[in-house]
Amino acid sequence: MFTPFFYKLKEKKVPVSLTEWMILMEALSKNCCDNMTDFYYLARSILVKTETHFDQYDQAFQEYFRGIAPPIEITEELLTWLKNPKERPELTPEELAVMQQMDLEELLKEFEKRLREQKERHDGGDYWIGTGGTSRFGYSGSNPQGILVGGMDGMRSAVRIAEARYFQNYRSDVTLDVRQIKVALKQLRQLNRIGPEDELDLDQTIDATCKNAGELEFKWKRPRKNTVKLLLIMDAGGSMEPYAELCSQLFSAANSLNHFKSFKYYYFHNCPYDVLYPDIEQRKGEAIEHVLKTLEPDYKVVFVGDACMAQSELLDRYGDLYFHGYQKMAGLDRLRQFKSHFSHVVWLNPERARFSTYPTVLMISKLFPMFELTIDGLSDAVKKLTARR
Amino acid sequence: MANKNFEQFKGSSDYVISDALKNAVNVSITLQRPLLVRGEPGTGKTLLSYSIASALEKELIRWNIKSTTKAAEGLYVYDTVQRLNDSRFGDKEVSNIKHYIKLGKLGQAFTTKVQVVLLIDEIDKADLEFPNDLLNELDEMSFYIPETEETIKAVQRPIVIITSNNEKELPDAFLRRCIFHYIEFPDPALMEEIVKVHYPNIKNALLKDALETFYTLRKIDDFRKKPSTSELIDWIQALLASGLDGKIKEGEIPFLGTLIKKETDFDHYVSHYIRKKQGYRGMNTYGN
Repeated sequence: MFTPFFYKLKEKKVPVSLTEWMILMEALSKNCCDNMTDFYYLARSILVKTETHFDQYDQAFQEYFRGIAPPIEITEELLTWLKNPKERPELTPEELAVMQQMDLEELLKEFEKRLREQKERHDGGDYWIGTGGTSRFGYSGSNPQGILVGGMDGMRSAVRIAEARYFQNYRSDVTLDVRQIKVALKQLRQLNRIGPEDELDLDQTIDATCKNAGELEFKWKRPRKNTVKLLLIMDAGGSMEPYAELCSQLFSAANSLNHFKSFKYYYFHNCPYDVLYPDIEQRKGEAIEHVLKTLEPDYKVVFVGDACMAQSELLDRYGDLYFHGYQKMAGLDRLRQFKSHFSHVVWLNPERARFSTYPTVLMISKLFPMFELTIDGLSDAVKKLTARR
Repeated sequence: MANKNFEQFKGSSDYVISDALKNAVNVSITLQRPLLVRGEPGTGKTLLSYSIASALEKELIRWNIKSTTKAAEGLYVYDTVQRLNDSRFGDKEVSNIKHYIKLGKLGQAFTTKVQVVLLIDEIDKADLEFPNDLLNELDEMSFYIPETEETIKAVQRPIVIITSNNEKELPDAFLRRCIFHYIEFPDPALMEEIVKVHYPNIKNALLKDALETFYTLRKIDDFRKKPSTSELIDWIQALLASGLDGKIKEGEIPFLGTLIKKETDFDHYVSHYIRKKQGYRGMNTYGN
């Protein structure tokens, strides 16, 4: 029953397994639901195990049960504009009458067109996409023929619930808060027995006590602790400005985690040249030679940067735009030094769109495995860092 | 409804429940599988199991998970050190190993004669491997004690409720065996019902005002910790206790400390919302 729905879920990348599908069939055979809404919740509670997949489930559900085309993707930026709806009174009947009728296709076309034209946040007003307005597009507006962007509209039937895609915000491919970054970073661990011997070794104690003719003799061992050392090197250049908050979240997560044996961080501009900066404001650099000499090769290195620059900035010996003096090596050669010194290096890039097109991004990603700076990307990076080479 | 066993749980008088959650609870009871409940702090994850226990008139066994909790502790603990110690004096029956086997919460839930509700609270607090260690025990509802060569098998399969705050990702193998429900933050209508359950005599004007203020605060995205249901309940209690039954003035929230718990959030609120409206007077409202 509903087998295509199973594949639809798979197609939407909801990790459903046969076990769960069989549980659903068992539930159906026990008459656990008698209407569509029940089925929507029943199937969701059995098949989907995290709220981050609710959105994909909703999409699969509406596509399968109604054959509706998925709504056009709405950019993150747009959703931010729409987050705080402005108060606006109801429309008067006259205004409503003025609104001309438009069919859906026309409306969608227009929506995309305006989305392309529009460059900034917009609230109120009657043309642009925004909140609290009378334009046909936006959130909490009051145009009768409008497109609702985000938000929940209170409709109750199952397909409608799915359509509302209320859980879009929970998707894990969007970047999230410090705590979640911490959870991802926690996976970065290698446990070894170090430190003082202060854990009771029961087996040894029993052995020793027996040998001691029943007189108690305690044996102790070292506790297991994380031995991972982390080196975080972040781009603080101009093109990284939009991601400043994201980077500071990653930084504060790593810094406050108290989970690593050692944690070091440096900044650079655009691309690491001769020096790295422990403090970006003071511009007092430490020579990379010094950094490489003082840090052991078993540090796990994480670069954070958009890796977007002019090719000359990466390849030329005097490529540093911020510094017009003597420069020993080209940026790319510096990166090669890191690669040969440290055994585990990854690059986190907040800019997904340019992964496969931008020349310098391609060059750097040939050198280091590159991941997107999202929760998913970070977990993948962590896996790469803990893998044996 | 064709199946009479289905839909046992309908919520209880002191706990308001959404249809989706009710459905999930009943599916979990019918299929005899653990129900995993996740959601923002303060949305009543833990209280759910109390409500189930009281509605179905069953005993509740609560297993609080801490960062140091090991899965085996839930089954049984073999107190070797005690036994070793006793063996030195010979005044107790050391040869009977059973004296030193103490059943954990899971073991207790399995051995009671009548069905119980077992709450495994905040499972994500424990080590990452913790849920994996319980897979078989929760599947088969039985475990083996090598020391006494006994198998403990559930007399009545308990109703298992597991809560998680999403601090750690739970392993897939574990998730596959659970029924999952995510408690959404209640919308104003449901919230009104929830408040009324706690304070049936509350005046409508006050309730409306309080909820309005509360949801306005929740809309502020820059808070590190948004006020949650349990904080709202506390706050309303404070309002009622202070004898306030008129209107809450705009921008002047009494007992703000019960709603906003973090210093940074409080500062943010004062500097962005209160100072703008009325100068510094708002400062006086903190915790008075």
